[in-house]
Amino acid sequence: MSINQNANAGALPNFRNLGILLRILVIVDGMCLAAALLKTSEPLPLMEELIDLSALVQPVLILSLLVLAGANNWLHRLRYPYAIATLVAIELAVTTIVYWFGLTVFQAMGALERYWVFTLLVTGVVAGYFELRGRALSPALTEARLQALQARIRPHFLFNSLNTVLGVMRQDPRRAETMLEDFSDLMRVLMADNQKLAPISGEIGLAKQYLGLEQLRLGERLMVEWDITGMPADALIPPMVLQPLLENAVYHGIEPRSEPGTIHIRVHRDGDRVHIHLRNPYRGESDRHSGNRMALANIRERLALHFDAESSIKTIADDESYRVHIVVPYLRDRA
Amino acid sequence: MAAEQPLRVLIVDDEAPARNRIRDLLSDCASRLSVEIAGEAENGRRALALLPQCNADVVLLDVRMPEMDGLEVAQHIQKLEEPPAVIFTTAYDAYALKAFEVHAVDYLLKPIRLARLFDALVRARSLAPPRIEVLRELAPSARTHLSVNERGRILLIPVADIAFLKAELKYVTVRTAEREYLIEESLARLEQEFLGRFVRVHRNCLVAKDAIRGFERAIGDDGEGHWMVVMNGVTDKLAVSRRQQHIVREIGKLS
Repeated sequence: MSINQNANAGALPNFRNLGILLRILVIVDGMCLAAALLKTSEPLPLMEELIDLSALVQPVLILSLLVLAGANNWLHRLRYPYAIATLVAIELAVTTIVYWFGLTVFQAMGALERYWVFTLLVTGVVAGYFELRGRALSPALTEARLQALQARIRPHFLFNSLNTVLGVMRQDPRRAETMLEDFSDLMRVLMADNQKLAPISGEIGLAKQYLGLEQLRLGERLMVEWDITGMPADALIPPMVLQPLLENAVYHGIEPRSEPGTIHIRVHRDGDRVHIHLRNPYRGESDRHSGNRMALANIRERLALHFDAESSIKTIADDESYRVHIVVPYLRDRA
Repeated sequence: MAAEQPLRVLIVDDEAPARNRIRDLLSDCASRLSVEIAGEAENGRRALALLPQCNADVVLLDVRMPEMDGLEVAQHIQKLEEPPAVIFTTAYDAYALKAFEVHAVDYLLKPIRLARLFDALVRARSLAPPRIEVLRELAPSARTHLSVNERGRILLIPVADIAFLKAELKYVTVRTAEREYLIEESLARLEQEFLGRFVRVHRNCLVAKDAIRGFERAIGDDGEGHWMVVMNGVTDKLAVSRRQQHIVREIGKLS
């Protein structure tokens, strides 16, 4: 089974992801502050109240996160309702354990049920938050987003490619056949349900097919340099991350030039991170940025959905070139 | 019909397979319409160089090309004595298509259908050349070059090389480091098109901001002192009108 980095709503978050853990800490501590504020708003008593609350909440929180991180893979194999039930059971158990330890330290603890209610409340809020976040970020769940996703291949590319096929059809029918086959592959991936992470090697293959099509159209004007010797072929990334970026590189970097230009692609691993670098020539005067922004926003969103704070995407434009740098955690399919 | 001269077509597209395709289609037309390929060009500059000699009746002109787009090329083409008909070709350009429709400018969508191309070519002879005002309106950005017709050839003047533009009667003098040209355009339009590149120093004069070296004081005919613009590359000194005095401070390169 793979680690379920699933984009679907109705799935637990990945408890081994730093970003997810931070979000949980912020939510729970935020709720503590709210609870304390309900009792008093004077600065000093507020501090005391917070310290009292924290003495119980923090151990529960930290112990929970440890248990959840440990049980993460196992939890994700369960169906969502069972996973939620298990999560609640774990939380109640952890609360009970901490309560017993608490009894040995503090005299007045009140009833255990009170703590259970608080734990249930917090668990509900956190689980609800991740459910909503999954929905908001999941592209497949709203029609508009699906359409935006599929609009990534520009009509410009679509019609120009078809025109190129027609242009070589009579002189070189075999080449036209290969082009149409590559084109079908691209379209198939594009129309597919692109929610699961996939090995980067497949992405590279797709990118090569795409660039091959463009090379036929643009001839010597498009040159490509690959540096993927340091690439872990099994690293998982969201599908269709590279292709839209390359399409931007061709559209903004190569097509506006009459002299040849080179697109550089470098993928390498650095410890538990995988780096993807793209570079293309750029004059900085193109006024058609909106397509580029759309593609970037889309990729940023999908990276966030899969990897949260552990991934990043940066763009740098200077006088001569435009660069994109993507960092994702090195994850493998543990089949 | 048989006695009619063949229709000469110039193909302009930056992509070789796209030009191939049009050649194929033109040969398909040949059985029903007398057509000839007058030439092929992979960019606008080359097309403009070919046009005076190749006697084209029709130009099939790609809209999106590097350096100079088809809409600008079409404007320069109008400088010819007898400009050929222009039919734009484009794979996809939502903005241009809407504008073409509005102004009844002829265009073909790539991939081009044989029947559509045939119809467009048949119509081409009777087609009035697109009006330059319409083309200007269609162009999404400022031209990269100005152009003049000199002894039947189209001379391109890179906008980046222009030091100043000066209105004189019905012409505008265009001054570059090398020489002077006369063009028939309005200074106000030029100012609007190249907003930000030029600054108006006088009612009849626009100066390229990049070309300004500084300003100096001079005594005019009326005996009053006023500012003159000193430029890089050209020796002319241009007077700054009283009304435009404020630019001296704004540009602030006092010599």
